[in-house]
Amino acid sequence: MAHYELQMPVTEEQVRKLRINDTVTLHNTLYGIRDATQIHMFDHGRKTRFDMKGHAVIHTAPNVKWVGETQQHPSGYAPICVGTTTSSRMERFTRPLMEQYGVRIVIGKGGLFAASAKAFSELGGVYLAIIGGTAALETTWIEQIEEVDLDDLNPESLWKFRIKGFGPLLVAMDAHGGSLYTVVNAAAKDKRAGVLAALGVKN
Amino acid sequence: MKVDPLQIEEACKELYIRALKMLPPDIKQGFQRLDKGETNATGKAILGTMIRNITVAEDTSNLLCQDTGIPIYNVTIGNNVVMDGYALKQAIIKGCERATKEYPLRSSVVHPTTRKNEHTSCGRQVPVINIDFVPEADTLAIEMIPKGSGSENNSWLKMAIPAEGIAAIKTFVIDCVLEAGGKSCPPVIVGVGVGGTADLCVHLSKVAATRPLGSVCEDPEGAKLEAELSKVVNQLGVGAQGLGGDSTAFAVHVETAATHITMNPVAVNMQCHSARRSRATFTPAGLSYGY
Repeated sequence: MAHYELQMPVTEEQVRKLRINDTVTLHNTLYGIRDATQIHMFDHGRKTRFDMKGHAVIHTAPNVKWVGETQQHPSGYAPICVGTTTSSRMERFTRPLMEQYGVRIVIGKGGLFAASAKAFSELGGVYLAIIGGTAALETTWIEQIEEVDLDDLNPESLWKFRIKGFGPLLVAMDAHGGSLYTVVNAAAKDKRAGVLAALGVKN
Repeated sequence: MKVDPLQIEEACKELYIRALKMLPPDIKQGFQRLDKGETNATGKAILGTMIRNITVAEDTSNLLCQDTGIPIYNVTIGNNVVMDGYALKQAIIKGCERATKEYPLRSSVVHPTTRKNEHTSCGRQVPVINIDFVPEADTLAIEMIPKGSGSENNSWLKMAIPAEGIAAIKTFVIDCVLEAGGKSCPPVIVGVGVGGTADLCVHLSKVAATRPLGSVCEDPEGAKLEAELSKVVNQLGVGAQGLGGDSTAFAVHVETAATHITMNPVAVNMQCHSARRSRATFTPAGLSYGY
């Protein structure tokens, strides 16, 4: 188990070095993306002007306040509370995000499934687990909202955050087929019969 | 006792913001209990971060979680309270809208097919308002629950049959916990509804999921069932955030209702670790806030 400090964007080589149970802290830039953002990008043919090559996206729709464009808030939005949503709903967007936009890192909670694991292996990507429901803490890692695109989808816009010390995050799925979720879920299923027996249920 | 709708509106605004910022003491104690018993290093680290987040939210006066949820207001009206029921409902909606616009909070509520967000946290039938009447003469209490989607998306109903017995109920609960995995943001409160009609059964599972930790089902049979399930649920090893360990759930809560001779319904609704709720109580002495 190693710890990495990554200055974003990263290369395929850097991402392939990461293994499950390693920890990672990100710096510079992070993109926020969510259900509606990706439905519009990949089902409705909309494009973003952002260059996300080698970058990380986080499954989020933040609480923000419109304050007008200033040096401190170049997008016009001040972050109030930036957290993370459950990733599983966005499983089918992992591959197009990587193939069409060159995204290398997906950050979320609850994990992704086999299709994402395959995309991570084939294209060189990882899933970093952040702890869901700890948005107050996560917000302290966000310096500012630099830019926003597809803002008619607000709060599910495409957000560009400037970050400092975003982490530590846990490598939960790596580019070598490793997934902590697969391991934990299989072990939990193995315990099902024993738990039901303890409840007096005959199988 | 008479209560001014304007006071209710103000309280309903305040309740939404308070709920999002301050975790009830029973949930904080639940975290301490799980942290003490956690044997898995990853689980221990995750619980530590969750506990730290509670402090950061309080210190920075920020929301605990970004998900402002679907707003639910549970109103209990004492039998000596006199008021215009329609004005009460309007005041709740107005308070919810004002919290969203004035704070401002992320409106997480959209039309189900157009997905249009009015940026008010309100829409058709939302906020959800439940009204009950109690024999506490001069008391009007409003409980506010911002129900997060990560946990709400993990909701199930099974119309089991009598021949399947209580075994079907127990098996269903365990299978729902396995199916939810890390998606419902564990450690969770597993809410179980047993009996009633289909809709009542689901409603009961929500009541169970949002009950304070340490509270016990009023029906001794329900209490027995929730104690049994609570004892074994953490043996599954799903763990905090679904990443393994002993902290899958704070507890399993059960609520029951009488049902039909041909029916054996069971519903499960999850409450995430950000198990937020707030309460405003109006009495002749004035308005007080709590959990």
